[in-house]
Amino acid sequence: MYEILTDIIGNQIVAYVIAAALPLFVFILPFALVAVLAERKVSAFMQDRLGPMRTGPYGLLQTVADILKLIQKEDIVASDTDKKLFNLAPILVFAGSYAAFAAIPFTSAYIGSSADVGIFFIIAISSLVVAGILMAGWASNNKYSLLGSMRSVAQIISYEIPAALVILTMVMLTGTLSLSEMTEMQTQYFWNWNIFGGAETGIVKILLIPFMLVGFIIFYISSLAEVNRTPFDIPEAESELVAGYHTEYSGMKFAMFFLAEYANMFAVSAIVVALFFGGYHSPFGYLGNAIGIDWLIPVEQLFWFTVKGTFFVIVQMWLRWTLPRLRVDQLMNVCWKYLIPYAFVNLIIVGILTLL
Amino acid sequence: MKQYLINTWQAIYTVLVGMKITFKHLFVPSVTIQYPDVKQPMVDRVRNRLFVNMDDCIGCDQCARACPVNCIEIETVKSVPPEDLGKTSQGKKKALWVTKFDIDIAKCCYCSLCVYPCPTDCIYMTDSYEFSEFERNDLIYKFATLTPEETEEKKANFEKFQAEKEAKKAAAAAAKAKAAAESKPDDKKE
Repeated sequence: MYEILTDIIGNQIVAYVIAAALPLFVFILPFALVAVLAERKVSAFMQDRLGPMRTGPYGLLQTVADILKLIQKEDIVASDTDKKLFNLAPILVFAGSYAAFAAIPFTSAYIGSSADVGIFFIIAISSLVVAGILMAGWASNNKYSLLGSMRSVAQIISYEIPAALVILTMVMLTGTLSLSEMTEMQTQYFWNWNIFGGAETGIVKILLIPFMLVGFIIFYISSLAEVNRTPFDIPEAESELVAGYHTEYSGMKFAMFFLAEYANMFAVSAIVVALFFGGYHSPFGYLGNAIGIDWLIPVEQLFWFTVKGTFFVIVQMWLRWTLPRLRVDQLMNVCWKYLIPYAFVNLIIVGILTLL
Repeated sequence: MKQYLINTWQAIYTVLVGMKITFKHLFVPSVTIQYPDVKQPMVDRVRNRLFVNMDDCIGCDQCARACPVNCIEIETVKSVPPEDLGKTSQGKKKALWVTKFDIDIAKCCYCSLCVYPCPTDCIYMTDSYEFSEFERNDLIYKFATLTPEETEEKKANFEKFQAEKEAKKAAAAAAKAKAAAESKPDDKKE
């Protein structure tokens, strides 16, 4: 990808900048536009409503109108805020969730960074979001913001443990930290996906399936908690905390938090896909292979990756409009008393099975 | 330990049950009515905006007298003989020019008491309920069909007619008095 861009532009630095900005403008912004609308439509249909219907045909332009409104809005900074931190926080939160996209393999032709420590990098960089959220809550000088950010930080840090344990399980199984290598191991057909025991053969593959399923459920639950989605949305519990850590933000800064939330939603879905569901690989061969067009394969891969990722985003929405919010003690209960022990047991059993 | 496993199972199971319910509702048709485009039909006897069919109004003032909040104001002028106002749809003869028929719908309490006494059924409740205005004065509905000039003309006509009548009367009275004075001087003498 860099080589192609360098050839076209002739300057390596410009090519790198373009390659780095590509996922933002080609993927994250359009995705956020569609996802916000989808969220509202899904919630409406689940509640037997219609959702936005007035802006454009079937309300399809609703998010565009919302973005236009947010751009026009006054950027309010309250007088008692810590201005430097207050202005820095949304950028940090967005940077944290955007940086995670660097290591996500969209297709075999475009991987931001094929670093050998891909998944490790994602875990590390998404902790930057925690700092940003705490910064936003603290700098706002507002009790609701502070409470929201404290809850958020407590929650994200707690749920990183079961998530990391499951990732450790998968790293043990595949023997690599690189997401692109992990994806390459799950190639060809869907029974090679990790959720179906990965590239193992024989009895071990069948034995692995239930434990992979447990791992997937644990990881999916903790990823929900890490992106502050319902049923784990106590950091921004509307009925208790106004809006949580972004209570004091308006205009584009609020939009950045919003964008970061939707970017995060896709990022964790992408990790789930890469870890368990074959990454960018098609579940049944490629059309490009069949008719012998080489450049079609990366396009198909991008298509499959988007479809799988979007599916898990939709499931997140589905859960959000199904489940009520957990209480703080219930939240910690689920994490420390249930997810972590199960994740440990799972880790040990998968470890034994891979030795077989 | 047993309770622990039961809790785990129940957590997963109940979430799946909830997800099944919401999934079913994805395909339930929406109950939303797109209001300004689609309106729910009103029941037959709704009482909303008043309407007066001026073709049938005979200016009897009964509705104004029935109104408990005095929101109807009617002024009438008698027609003079050569003018023919025609008949109402029910065959009643109209004898009055209705020069003013104002309903202040802002005052109206939708009691429908004005509807019952109307002898020609020309005032009635309609099912139109969207008539908000920016100015309160715009809520005074003027039903009178005559223009101000016509009103003036009718008034002048009537006054002229009245004056002529008075004059005639006076003349008649004077003539009578004169005649009486002429024919009965003898009686008085007696």
